[in-house]
Amino acid sequence: MNTLTREIRESDRAHAEQFATPPASVTEIGDGYMLEIEMPGVKKDGLEISVEINELTIIGRSSLPAVEGTLIHRESRPENFRRVFDLDPSIDANKISAKIDQGLVTLTLPKAEHVKPRKITVS
Amino acid sequence: MDLIRYQTPDAAPWSALDRWSNLRDDLNSFFDMPFWSSFGRTGQLFTGWSPALDIYESGDHLIAVVELPGMRKEDIDISLHDGTLTISGERKRESTDGEKAQRTERYVGTFRRSIALPTRVDAGKVSASYENGILKVTLPKAEEAKPKQIKVS
Repeated sequence: MNTLTREIRESDRAHAEQFATPPASVTEIGDGYMLEIEMPGVKKDGLEISVEINELTIIGRSSLPAVEGTLIHRESRPENFRRVFDLDPSIDANKISAKIDQGLVTLTLPKAEHVKPRKITVS
Repeated sequence: MDLIRYQTPDAAPWSALDRWSNLRDDLNSFFDMPFWSSFGRTGQLFTGWSPALDIYESGDHLIAVVELPGMRKEDIDISLHDGTLTISGERKRESTDGEKAQRTERYVGTFRRSIALPTRVDAGKVSASYENGILKVTLPKAEEAKPKQIKVS
């Protein structure tokens, strides 16, 4: 079985907007996959998830109010987040669901009915 | 004249050097690994989890902003000692039977960040909030560290 997820590398494309690539984990659970992506500072309304020709794109835009004062030490990255994955053909793209909690995006990607293991009863 | 005759590293004749060239090859292949580019900060590779920390300063306080996605409030510890702010905690893995990891880039486990604050702060008045995966620690400056207007009399 293939993974969810052949990743499409950022360098393969030319884009006007620069994105940061946040860490992601993929876990196979039962009848599908769970995809977790870290997007600190992103709220529900800053999240944009799309599937186009078997390509899953997750974009997160930070919507935090500016912090008062002068930035004197910086480690965070100013860019918005983006990850792109190729969907495994076993995934039912119509049944993908997503949630975001404390900057962690969790996508549930169920397998299509026809690829689930099935017991056949002998009649 | 060189003390040691130059050898091309690929053809090191001594076994002791072979060991180093193996190490070098290992390191090189490591850097060639495809996930390399997905690490935002190289520090993560060597110290486990090193969450990004920003510091802001205004007239009467310092604000530390730390990226801690997917944590529980209870698992974050903040302490202040001798002008050093330390933020530590643990991200726990909730695993269930029958799971199979396909790709693991998220770090699970403990982390610890310490930073020496540039000014003295009033330890009794430090407050913190955790929202959208961002920890914000507000540290009011100690009275003597606040800017003061001095009038010419």
